[in-house]
Amino acid sequence: MTAHARETVPDPGAAAARATEAILHDTLHGTHRGVVVDSPPGAGKSTLVVRAALELAEAGRPLMVVAQTNAQVDDLVLRLAEKNPELPVGRLHSSDTDAYDKALDELPQVRTSAKAGDLAGLGVVLSTAAKWAHVKTDEPWRHAIVDEAYQMRSDALLAVAGLFERALFVGDPGQLDPFSIVGGEQWAGLSYDPSASAVTTLLAHNPQLPQHRLPVSWRLPASAAPLVSDAFYPYTRFRSGTDHGDRRLVFAVPSDGSGPDRVVDEAAVSGWGLLELPARHTPRTDPEAVRAVAAVVGRLLERGGAATSERSPDPVPLTADRIAVGTAHRDQAAAVRAALAERGVRDVTVDTANRLQGREFDVTVVLHPLSGRPDATAFHLETGRLCVLASRHRHACIVVCRAGVGDLLDDHPSTEPVQLGVTVKFPDGWEANHAVLAHLREHRVSWAP
Amino acid sequence: MPPPRTRGTALRQRLADLRGPGVQAKALDARALAALAANPGCRRRAILDGAGVDKAALADALGVPSGFGQSQFAFMRGNAFEARVKADGGAELLRLVHRTLDPGAEPPGRAEVPDLTAAGPEGRVARTALALREATGAPGGTGAWTLLDHPLLALDVAGSPAFLEPDAVVVHPDGGWTVVEIKSFPMLDGSADPGKVGAAARQAAVYVLALEEVAARLDPAPPVRQRVLLVCPKDFSNLPTASAVDVRKQRAVTARQLTRLTRIEDIADALPGGVCFSPGLPAAQLTAAVETVPASYAPECLAACELAFHCRARSRAAGAVTALGRSVRAELGGLSTVDDVLAAAHGEAGDPGDPAVAALRRAAALRTEALALAAAPGADGPRDPARAGREVSPCR
Amino acid sequence: MSLITTLGRLEAVRAGHAQPAATVRHRRLSDRPLVLVPLTTAGETGAPLGALVGTDRAAPRLLAVPQPRDRDLRFAFLAELADVVLPYIDGYAESVEAAERTETDPETGKRVKVEVELCAEAPQLIVPSRAGIDLVRLLGRSMRFRRTAEQDPEAPHPAPPRVPLLGRWLTHFGERARVPGSSLLTALSELLARHWTTGQSGLEDQHLGALLAWIDPPEGVPGAEAALRAELARDADGQLLCPPAGPATDPAFDNRLLAPAVERYDRARTALAAAEDGLEADDRLGALTAAEREIRALVESRTRPTWDAVWHGIDLLRTLPEGAHVEERWTRDRWSFTGHRDRVLAGEPPQPRRDDAVTAANKLAAREREQARLDAQEALDDPLVMAGRRLAGEAFAGEVTDVVLAYTEGRRPSPRPLVTVRTDDRPHLGERARVHRSLDGRPQSAEFAGYAPDEGAGDGEGALVVLRIMDKMGRGREPEAGSVPEKGDRVCFTLFEHEQRGGAKLPDAERTPWTHGGPPGGSDAPEPADPVTEEDVL
Repeated sequence: MTAHARETVPDPGAAAARATEAILHDTLHGTHRGVVVDSPPGAGKSTLVVRAALELAEAGRPLMVVAQTNAQVDDLVLRLAEKNPELPVGRLHSSDTDAYDKALDELPQVRTSAKAGDLAGLGVVLSTAAKWAHVKTDEPWRHAIVDEAYQMRSDALLAVAGLFERALFVGDPGQLDPFSIVGGEQWAGLSYDPSASAVTTLLAHNPQLPQHRLPVSWRLPASAAPLVSDAFYPYTRFRSGTDHGDRRLVFAVPSDGSGPDRVVDEAAVSGWGLLELPARHTPRTDPEAVRAVAAVVGRLLERGGAATSERSPDPVPLTADRIAVGTAHRDQAAAVRAALAERGVRDVTVDTANRLQGREFDVTVVLHPLSGRPDATAFHLETGRLCVLASRHRHACIVVCRAGVGDLLDDHPSTEPVQLGVTVKFPDGWEANHAVLAHLREHRVSWAP
Repeated sequence: MPPPRTRGTALRQRLADLRGPGVQAKALDARALAALAANPGCRRRAILDGAGVDKAALADALGVPSGFGQSQFAFMRGNAFEARVKADGGAELLRLVHRTLDPGAEPPGRAEVPDLTAAGPEGRVARTALALREATGAPGGTGAWTLLDHPLLALDVAGSPAFLEPDAVVVHPDGGWTVVEIKSFPMLDGSADPGKVGAAARQAAVYVLALEEVAARLDPAPPVRQRVLLVCPKDFSNLPTASAVDVRKQRAVTARQLTRLTRIEDIADALPGGVCFSPGLPAAQLTAAVETVPASYAPECLAACELAFHCRARSRAAGAVTALGRSVRAELGGLSTVDDVLAAAHGEAGDPGDPAVAALRRAAALRTEALALAAAPGADGPRDPARAGREVSPCR
Repeated sequence: MSLITTLGRLEAVRAGHAQPAATVRHRRLSDRPLVLVPLTTAGETGAPLGALVGTDRAAPRLLAVPQPRDRDLRFAFLAELADVVLPYIDGYAESVEAAERTETDPETGKRVKVEVELCAEAPQLIVPSRAGIDLVRLLGRSMRFRRTAEQDPEAPHPAPPRVPLLGRWLTHFGERARVPGSSLLTALSELLARHWTTGQSGLEDQHLGALLAWIDPPEGVPGAEAALRAELARDADGQLLCPPAGPATDPAFDNRLLAPAVERYDRARTALAAAEDGLEADDRLGALTAAEREIRALVESRTRPTWDAVWHGIDLLRTLPEGAHVEERWTRDRWSFTGHRDRVLAGEPPQPRRDDAVTAANKLAAREREQARLDAQEALDDPLVMAGRRLAGEAFAGEVTDVVLAYTEGRRPSPRPLVTVRTDDRPHLGERARVHRSLDGRPQSAEFAGYAPDEGAGDGEGALVVLRIMDKMGRGREPEAGSVPEKGDRVCFTLFEHEQRGGAKLPDAERTPWTHGGPPGGSDAPEPADPVTEEDVL
């Protein structure tokens, strides 16, 4: 970026702070019953939720927090406790075994219970939407925060909305949509379609609600934000909080010239790498591709990587816990784990897109959902899946893929049915896949293992 | 390299040769557009549509008729409905456009309905472009509504011009253009068959792209609206009702598809000399001609392409598993024929280290075990709920 | 598509006939189903052209609309249809048994048991295809808001009595058909495709004739050939030998046979209207009757093959023994039928055009529950379905190799025996995952405790899964006899639950929250009828 551009474009920190102030102002002092916040990957959603919760609690407004999974709830409880150890917090949980993270038991200010009555009077009570749906109350909470609201189904919101007077809805519209195991076509187009996302229903009935957007991704580097923004958020763009050159990834051990080493170097320099294996139709657990993923992860660790970023001026070693592998299917994740174990690699997170939602790493290695596939189904083309996989990294993302995905996409056109009255969700998975592929091609390393 | 003009002429001649002497080129109709959307990668479809071959006539001549046809009841009803929508200088149609898409504009009073007749498709395309320019006027529009009834547009598809005929295009008072699709399937209580709406949206997206090319030649380019108007019969009546359909997605997809199509010219160049698809030729000769272009058949073709029954027969004869559905191949890895898959599943061929082969063998073993269990139920067989989950039937 | 289904398709290709997709019948087949084979007129939304309907395969009732655009003739068709369908339904409404249902007491708010009636049997409607189900829904929608002369003496074009009632019933059947595993209204082609795998694609399976050709091909004819004939073969007249199962007709039929016949009918009617004396009128009435008879014959010629095919399919399905849980699901259908009977008797208005937010959410939740129930029950009832779940890593079967008694800690130790199972399956077992097996029809659960080291493993295929049995062992310190698997037993555990928990209770409609638009407005007045226009087709 030139010096001139720096003058005209506001500082990302200032832009983000302004957005946050506006959100908090509307939440604490606004007149509307709801406030909606769109948060692209790594834009500080959790920070915002925690801050809003603390400010609401400070203002003496009884607050309930609705998240979608137990892990999300536990994470928020821990963050709240860390920010304000004085604040009494209630964790409402189910009566299943292992209903919550046992780490919460260590915190004196956190009370856990399976009964909402036990938690009455606490400033903040947190639970999952599923658990809140069973709570009955005569006196609604003054305020609620609904986290991951785009991943919450409309019917789940219907079940809990009677519990609160007003709410802050926060979520990422680009991630995986909620789904139903049965068809709900008969309600498509209705404002309260039960299988639509909670935000869709909320805004259809309350179009006047203030809608905000966190404009800066602090996670995605300058090399990634434009692509992810263009491909997955074409109508609500965002940018990176850091500039080219603010982050560096270097390796102590020089390249041995192999495919994995070359793609690691490409990704270290440009933020992206595509390790392209020869075209071939393969089953999901393509042994060559799985071994290639493991090889890339292995070399990332063996070559003594170090990351420099705005967080610390000194290089931080790239350790296993800062690396993740993302796949589309569980059996692929299992195969990669086995291949990593064979190489003696531990502590690298290997999971499906669904389970990587909301997480952050320095480097991610992705087994492309369409690699080697003879067909492309709606599942594999789902925009959110690719978006999650391509937006978990702070430094670099390396994609392992068989050649020929472009042709595969051509043979599996997007011919989705269209429901009248349904707001079009952007972008199209087919189109987004092509866009990402076109970008990755510029960082391609072909390799025949 | 010869100059472009000569190249274009050469291609036109080549395509005319493919159609056969004296055979007129067929415009890309709704079905051809649907087939393009459903199977953009099929070269056989591409060259036949690109050359303007009448695929229905070709299928008849091949001895495998398409089975597509239109009932005269549907035809009459559809025509009557379109006439009703456009009656009275398009008054009702413009009312629907105004109410659904542009309520802020001046309500349409009397609208311009320019005459679009001209000689030949090129002439009609030029006439349409002229009418659009006049109706748009200066930047910001003329302040009047204009209805173009059955305009003709041209679009470059894989390097060869295709002619398109939308039901109507409306020019708004602000100079913006809207594509109108009139369909005979009903909107019942505000909703319509999503498959049919999807097809209409993909069709309209092609028209939007073609209109954008016309618009781009004007300075400044008038906006082509990305929400088209779908007009359908309301509930159980023949009265029109309308809904806006956002086609941004379909437009983006189609635009990308068009850039990725193998050029007709390249497909044509790969054909041996003397290939001709004229329906007058003997069936054997036509079969051989069709065989010179590879097809990528899938069962979805049956609903979109006149040649599908022919391609299906060839695909089945070759033992291709995709004849059973695109998704069938999902877990078969490199195996693509019925014989190869079954041989691998039965342990007669295939590398057991290949996960696809291993999974097939596990599937075959589990299937055989289950069928054997069901075939020999015994006294306390799988139907007896009282003995569930125990000795005889492990899976209860 | 699961690999087992894929294999079934490929085996069917090789064998030339369909392969089993199920080893038991997963849906109820009534002893006395009402079969409906409808036809509609092309281009007119659901406008009926004719139908065969009835419970006696040898004697269907033929209904026809000689001029589909004539409102009176359409009403006559619907009234005749009501005359067949409503008595059939009524026949099941009267015989009841006592049953219990849990309800919320409006005064105390407590859940109490109340004694209610449950119809001892329920009617069953069978149509040839999914499009037939859509037509049932469409007919229901078109009829239920109509006003009869008795309801509204001022109404123009009053509907014949009982037509609105038929509309309500068809709406109910159509809505019930969306519930997974239900059998009140089913499409025969879907029933067949659920139980047999053909050597063609799922899209092609939608053609009833082709589907039957694969399942039961004529002697000596390969299924593919028989299916092709069913799809495409035409007579000298250009007519399909196997007419489509409807409700849409073949365009060639419309253009070459039906259109001229309708034209003749129109001419005869015009002539009759213009008759100048009784004698002439008699003659012309004869001509009109003949023209009408011709159309009836045409309708019968297109519906009768499908009618016979439907009964043929029913015969084939009856050769399969009924799955163990089908009765339980059918009982839910009986509850659904009884509930609607009660709503009609109580004089409630017809079903609204659109569900309100709470009703929609409740229906979706119920259907998701039923889908999960169906998936579990089909697997438990049918080893072939279970094989698919095992292949997917959602269940595993094997032999018990070791049982070690263990107990919970505490003052009153309960048994928690550790059972080791050798399996060749590859279940996706997470840490402490819950698994379930059916113990005399009741689910017993266990916890995954880990893999045992496998000394005897040669091929490396199998695994030793150690499970901790958690429940259904009685109250004592020692497990009840038969409640713990023994060494050498074959067992099958699933990762999915066998029974479905009820979801959270949603608010009542009048307490719909602001996020969903608040309580549905409006009065309790019934929804208005569709305005009658000259252009109506249905």
